[in-house]
Amino acid sequence: MNKSPSLRAYAIAYLIFLYAPIALLPLFAFNDSKVIAFPLQGFTTNWFAEMWADQQLFNAFGNSLTIAVSASILSTTLGIFAARASTRYTFPGKAGILGLIMLPMVLPEMIVSMALLVVLMAIGVPLSLFTIILGHVLICTPFAVAILTSAFQSLDRSLEEAAYDLGETPASTFRLIILPLVMPGIISSLLICFTISLDEFIISYFLGGNQTVLSVYIFGQFRFPAKVPAVMALGFVLVCLSICLLTIAEYFRRRGIARSGGKDTGGFL
Amino acid sequence: MKSGSSPGRFGNPEATNGLLMVSPTAIYATLLLAAPLVAVVVYSLMVDSKVGLSSGLTFANYIEVWTGRIYQAIMMRSLTVASLVTAITVLLAYPVAYFVSFHVRPERKSLWLFLITIPFWTSYLIRVFLWKVILGYNGVINSGLLSLGIIDEPLTVINYSVGSMVATLAHAYAPFAILPIFVSLEKIDRSFLEAGQDLGESKLMTFWRVTLPLSMPGVIAAVLIVFIPTIGDYVTPDLIGGGKIPMIANMIEGKMLKQNDKAVGAAIAVTAMLIVSVVSIVFLLLNKRFLRGQK
Amino acid sequence: MTFSSDKPNMIEFRDVHKYYGDYHALRGINATIKAGEFFSLLGPSGCGKTTLLRTIAGFEDISSGAVLIDSKVMDGVPANQRPTNMVFQSYAIFPHLSVEQNVGFGLRRDPRSAADKAKAVAEALEMVGLKGYGKRAAHALSGGQRQRVALARALILKPKVLLLDEPLSALDKKMREQMQMELIKLQRQVGITFILVTHDQEEALVMSDRIAVMFEGQIAQLADPETLYRRPNSRKVADFIGTMNFLPAQILSEGSSCEIEAQGFGRMTIGADQVMGATSGEGMSIGCRPETLTILFDGQTATDRESMATVEEVVYYGDMTYYDVKLDGAQTAMRLSMRNVPGRPVLDIGTRARVGWSPGAMVLFR
Repeated sequence: MNKSPSLRAYAIAYLIFLYAPIALLPLFAFNDSKVIAFPLQGFTTNWFAEMWADQQLFNAFGNSLTIAVSASILSTTLGIFAARASTRYTFPGKAGILGLIMLPMVLPEMIVSMALLVVLMAIGVPLSLFTIILGHVLICTPFAVAILTSAFQSLDRSLEEAAYDLGETPASTFRLIILPLVMPGIISSLLICFTISLDEFIISYFLGGNQTVLSVYIFGQFRFPAKVPAVMALGFVLVCLSICLLTIAEYFRRRGIARSGGKDTGGFL
Repeated sequence: MKSGSSPGRFGNPEATNGLLMVSPTAIYATLLLAAPLVAVVVYSLMVDSKVGLSSGLTFANYIEVWTGRIYQAIMMRSLTVASLVTAITVLLAYPVAYFVSFHVRPERKSLWLFLITIPFWTSYLIRVFLWKVILGYNGVINSGLLSLGIIDEPLTVINYSVGSMVATLAHAYAPFAILPIFVSLEKIDRSFLEAGQDLGESKLMTFWRVTLPLSMPGVIAAVLIVFIPTIGDYVTPDLIGGGKIPMIANMIEGKMLKQNDKAVGAAIAVTAMLIVSVVSIVFLLLNKRFLRGQK
Repeated sequence: MTFSSDKPNMIEFRDVHKYYGDYHALRGINATIKAGEFFSLLGPSGCGKTTLLRTIAGFEDISSGAVLIDSKVMDGVPANQRPTNMVFQSYAIFPHLSVEQNVGFGLRRDPRSAADKAKAVAEALEMVGLKGYGKRAAHALSGGQRQRVALARALILKPKVLLLDEPLSALDKKMREQMQMELIKLQRQVGITFILVTHDQEEALVMSDRIAVMFEGQIAQLADPETLYRRPNSRKVADFIGTMNFLPAQILSEGSSCEIEAQGFGRMTIGADQVMGATSGEGMSIGCRPETLTILFDGQTATDRESMATVEEVVYYGDMTYYDVKLDGAQTAMRLSMRNVPGRPVLDIGTRARVGWSPGAMVLFR
């Protein structure tokens, strides 16, 4: 392990570059000025109050929560099926089927949402929160599959056989052995899908009809310069929220690895 | 380990169970992804007139999209922006991935990765918007420099330009590039490096002849993982470009919704998928060749 | 190493075949395993020994034939209803449960009271030498301890047959030898049938009452360890179990005893039981184990026969010295092992030596 101060300095500078724009959020969220510009004008919590008083925001947030909760549960469920199938069985067309399931990861979201929009309009499905959920499940599932596959992979197949050998049925084996051991993976999949869905914009924008969700609301606020400080306040709250969620997700991911006795390789993806 | 009567005697229960298990997810993906994509391809081969879509199949939309000046310009711009962003992101990310993999103690690696990934999971819209705030005419940089007396008038080169779009996107996708490179660096057996130096190479040459080639699969994965979402980005051209410098995604939206010409919109979408596929295939082939060259 | 054959049959394989697609994994297995027997399935990897074990447990379906446990055909009986329990190669200790939860896992459906179950768990742990380990977390155990937990967990259900899938392969040499002895004792103590899968011939010889040697989905020889070692029925079995030297040979006359001629050894008479395999008429060879050959030092005389040879290679092992010697008139050298005793010199390469041997230790392979 040789020291390399210049590399280290570079890596730290890189981290600062990553975080610098985000650091502006609290700066201007508490800045007592309608204009986002230096020099700072003094401390205020007005923008949080303004944000808090906005009924539209709460509606949008409520919609987003509904969507994120539904999408994360649905995509994690679909992810469990796919991850279990991919780690436990070999079957014809496996690569192709899993490739299709993972495809949204490498497809521009605009194309996914336009393709869905075209079909939904053609068969006359009205745009609503439900159609957003359909789209979000599609783009969240690959992430769920990726996370859950690694959870199922670290599961020794003989554990299942042992439970079965000791008198359990396939169903009770799943409940007593498999589920507890992949539970950390399930929780981290739920949290990550929740975060992705909450943050997603393009599908929500095009498939939502006249229903507004949080990201679409934020996008709308950008058009009004007077609203910008309140958006900064909102952004600050959101950043704090997602850091909390991610910390919890990371905690469960590590606990899952520790439980199944594996080694930590780090990272979500 | 099947219960019931001697399942081994009927076909292949393993395959049946596997297909059954994957079917909910596969059916969902087929109905909501494969079918719509096929629909887009079909649309792209029809003509959208005021009366509705024609029934005959034609390549007219593709000819229009591939020869039209505006379309060409927008596609070239998208390619340029995506390539620039990819190059910058990957080049900047490599040393960081290298640092974390080779110079950070194993128990601290997770923390570093965690710190690198956090910004990626915070609201994309707000991150992009922050760059608008930073680079705008009355933005953070201009107002900062003005108040410090370094400039007398706001800089205009930094707002609403391809350059500011590249900066924004490079920042947005930075963590994407680090992870795959890091993973491929982690996989390198450290004794190769010792062998390299043992055989008389300097550290720099060892890096050049051993580490870099072995990490190439990660670099190529990083290239794809940054390039694909970047070329299809919608928000950045809209916010940072102020709607004046659209990219492919904005063009698809414009045709499909604002001008209600689904056929041409679909043709652009298919073209975009083709571009993405070609670039992916080229890089995957490069990767294969690279791996074969090493053997 | 004696085993009475009047015990009832516990396991019976009747012409068992198993296909994986086109791959013929088990090719007509016929064998019976007696109640209370310590039985080993021995063979190289891929020979089908684990597959055969898993057909007993119920983890593999068979393509044709029948597997009987305690005289009942097991066709269609799932693994969770068979009177067998298994110790897995990876031990398969449930990582999220404590030691006692692991051991008591199979008692969940047992109608006994919680207190009785706890007592059973404590007894099982004591039996495997893990008294007081009940509250430990499973992932904090060493390899040897996991092995014991796996044994306790299987034995607590009082199975008719205990199946052991390469249970010692993950342990280091010292631990492995210790566990071999413990397993033998444990088997005598509980008195049930143990079926062990192993690729380690020494392990099989040490532990088993009888051994089935398997190659390519078939049982090549099924016998007690001594017969297997002294009278292997084919060159392949002889090669797999220990070391055996082979020299070309031919039969001169046949009867209740046979007159044969072997390269280097010359003519000798052996019993008909020393002639192995069906008559094929060509490519016959004679085999002998390294320890049945001795170098005769000055003043020593052969107990049976002797031949002149040249030392071609010497390998010193501390307690033993291995020599490669070429008998006069032989084309290839033979391995020979000598115990090193005080005052006995280690010979140099090229030395001429007298080699003592005995026709009774020879096996002829047709």
